[in-house]
Amino acid sequence: MDSKRRNFLKIAGLSAIAGIGAPSAFNMLLKGEALASGGHGAPAAQGEHGAAAVTGKRYGMVIDVKKFADNPGLAEQCVKTCHSIHNVPDFGNRKDEIKWVWAEKFQHTFPEHSQYKKNDGLNELPILTLCNHCDKPPCVRACPTKATFKNKDGIVAMDYHRCIGCRFCMAACPYGARSFNWRDPRGKDENGNPFIKELNPTFPTRMRGVVEKCNFCVERLAIGQIPACVEVASSAGALVFGDLNDPNSEVSEKLRSSFTIQRKPALGTHPSLFYII
Amino acid sequence: MIEKALKGNKGYWAWLMFLLAIMGVGGMCYAQQFNYGLGITGMSRDVTWGLYISQFTFLVGVAAGGLMLVLPYYVHNYKAFGRITILGEFMAIAAVAMCLMFIIADLGQPMRAMNVMLHPTPNSMLFWDMIVLNGYLFLNIICGWQVLHAEYKGIKYPKWVKPFIYLSIPWAISIHTVTAFLYCGLPGRHFWLTAVLAPRFLASAFAAGPALLMVIALIMKKVANFDVGQEAKDKLVTIIGYAALVNFFLLGCEVFVGYYSNIPGHMHTLDYLFFGLGHGDHVFNNLVPFMRASVVMGVIGIITLFLSRVKKCDGMLAIACILIFISLWIDKGLGLVLGGFVPTPLEYVVEYVPSAVELGITAAVWATGFFILTILYKLVVSVKRVSES
Amino acid sequence: MYGKGRIIPALIIFIGLMTAPMWYGSGDASKLPNPEKPKGYTECVEDTQYMRTSHMKVLNDWRDDILREGGARVATTANGTEYVRSLQNGCMKCHNNREKFCGECHKYASVNPYCWDCHLQPKEAM
Repeated sequence: MDSKRRNFLKIAGLSAIAGIGAPSAFNMLLKGEALASGGHGAPAAQGEHGAAAVTGKRYGMVIDVKKFADNPGLAEQCVKTCHSIHNVPDFGNRKDEIKWVWAEKFQHTFPEHSQYKKNDGLNELPILTLCNHCDKPPCVRACPTKATFKNKDGIVAMDYHRCIGCRFCMAACPYGARSFNWRDPRGKDENGNPFIKELNPTFPTRMRGVVEKCNFCVERLAIGQIPACVEVASSAGALVFGDLNDPNSEVSEKLRSSFTIQRKPALGTHPSLFYII
Repeated sequence: MIEKALKGNKGYWAWLMFLLAIMGVGGMCYAQQFNYGLGITGMSRDVTWGLYISQFTFLVGVAAGGLMLVLPYYVHNYKAFGRITILGEFMAIAAVAMCLMFIIADLGQPMRAMNVMLHPTPNSMLFWDMIVLNGYLFLNIICGWQVLHAEYKGIKYPKWVKPFIYLSIPWAISIHTVTAFLYCGLPGRHFWLTAVLAPRFLASAFAAGPALLMVIALIMKKVANFDVGQEAKDKLVTIIGYAALVNFFLLGCEVFVGYYSNIPGHMHTLDYLFFGLGHGDHVFNNLVPFMRASVVMGVIGIITLFLSRVKKCDGMLAIACILIFISLWIDKGLGLVLGGFVPTPLEYVVEYVPSAVELGITAAVWATGFFILTILYKLVVSVKRVSES
Repeated sequence: MYGKGRIIPALIIFIGLMTAPMWYGSGDASKLPNPEKPKGYTECVEDTQYMRTSHMKVLNDWRDDILREGGARVATTANGTEYVRSLQNGCMKCHNNREKFCGECHKYASVNPYCWDCHLQPKEAM
């Protein structure tokens, strides 16, 4: 079946559903995901981390911050590896900055956890900060073209071909995880140095005028590899990655046996990233 | 009817040439932005929307303001608005046209703008905004043009226009409600995350739109000898005055909720806008003078507005309306959008200053809007003069 | 005719301007594009005629299927050769010269797809 006909049938089907059940259509509008993978999220008050999807995978990650403290330079190594394999440009200024993953201070990654007095070491810890791949992503809800969407494995992905660069997703993301290509990432600075030092020939770059962010290494997962940052941190055991919906996965095991926190859980985004502080 | 726009005095042509010159400069600025990317503006990773989107937001209000004339005239048969209602409808056309231009100017990939229709996404408020804005544009073109054209021919407008006129009334409410929903549905942006945002948008719209219209009407009285009538002006004063009061009341509610609850997220942006927000060892306060001026101008404007009616003084009325318009432009056209980005989701404070190119494009869009407005109003004046004589 | 002196020259200028793209683009139509075929390969993912008319649709379908539907990245041709469903990592494996393959027809048809704004061609990547 050609894609046009398939799309038509899909739209026709969805319209029919919307017509029959107005409440369900309204629900779809509110939820922002026509094909939500899971059931309803448990209320934050119960201390649940997120909604458990009934079917399908939901990739997630546990970030053990202490392990990063024990291994100085590890966070930087993760960032460097990610940015080099994904052809992330370095413009050398904050205004144009593009980053998929970065080391942030505790008070900025967790601004709602500010305290009068806290552990002295905390402020110096590098907290690995990246897209939360939320189960209820506000960016997906906001995108007017479905250029950003949640795929069947729970990864919030981007289609750079479709993005119109309205930056609504950037306003919607409560985690500052998204970057915009304010200028041509393939360009050169005034000294003639390219913004992307060394191109990875197997991965594309982006173009001017689109939004980009961490893709949970969807291209590596497809060929049976784990995300690049997880691979870098594997010897230190600082990052654990896997399917949150599989009760026997390493990441589920880790979540059962440790106390973890999430960023801004009160916003109902159900992040798939968990931090052990 | 359009041929009426081709006959005018020297002042008319000079004004159009002036606007065209600004449009030309802005066009060159846009070419630069198109080639370099949006990095040529003052926007950054942290303040991702700037002057374009804030002007867009404000102008949606100006467009919606036309409702305050259409409603009394067509629904309540308020005859005194006979000359001014068509001005309101045509102002809506110009304002929506500006809105659409500002959105296009703000897109990173303007060539792909049609993707919004190619991949319709009902869960995105921007999708609905596209629908209501374009719908409102067409409604006003249909209603305004048909009504004026009927007058030009010396007949009553066709019956089929009436439903469109009635439809345009709730539609005007919808454009500004949906525009508010762009902001107030986003988690993690405390300043925007408030249920009174849509009501406040409407209140400021119903003040700013008619205020601008009043100023233009007073100018037209001077330069084109076209008087909308004292009764219409008096009524408009009431509308502008109360709408502006409601807007400030709602702003006061925001201030109360923020400071009395003492929740940091609710206070940060208000702090930033009115007092300056400290971060590290630096206090960020770019917008403080503007926001304070906005409050002062708003208060003085409202007082002068009501006084001008007592004194029956056009000069005072014009000053009052200009003050209110500028006050609301700062409030919504600067503070609301730019303030919402401070602090960032990671609680950094990053300020935004528009670049020269950005200002050039912004000026050009305004000039284009006034160009459209001038042509349309020229038609109105010519037609009305013939039909009423 | 009234105003002949102005209308006729204006008409000529108008027609000239409107047809300018044709004059500008006029050239030798007999010089057909001759895209360089990859050496050592005999079949593509679909037959030549289909690829000639619909390669852009193939690329779009691959992208949407892989990205949105979780479709397979690797597929096989009619004769059982495995290939990667990817412009950069698939097509360009065999058609490794963008200028001599893609460019030939694109230039002839005067189209400027922006694939290479993001995707890397083999030469660039080296």
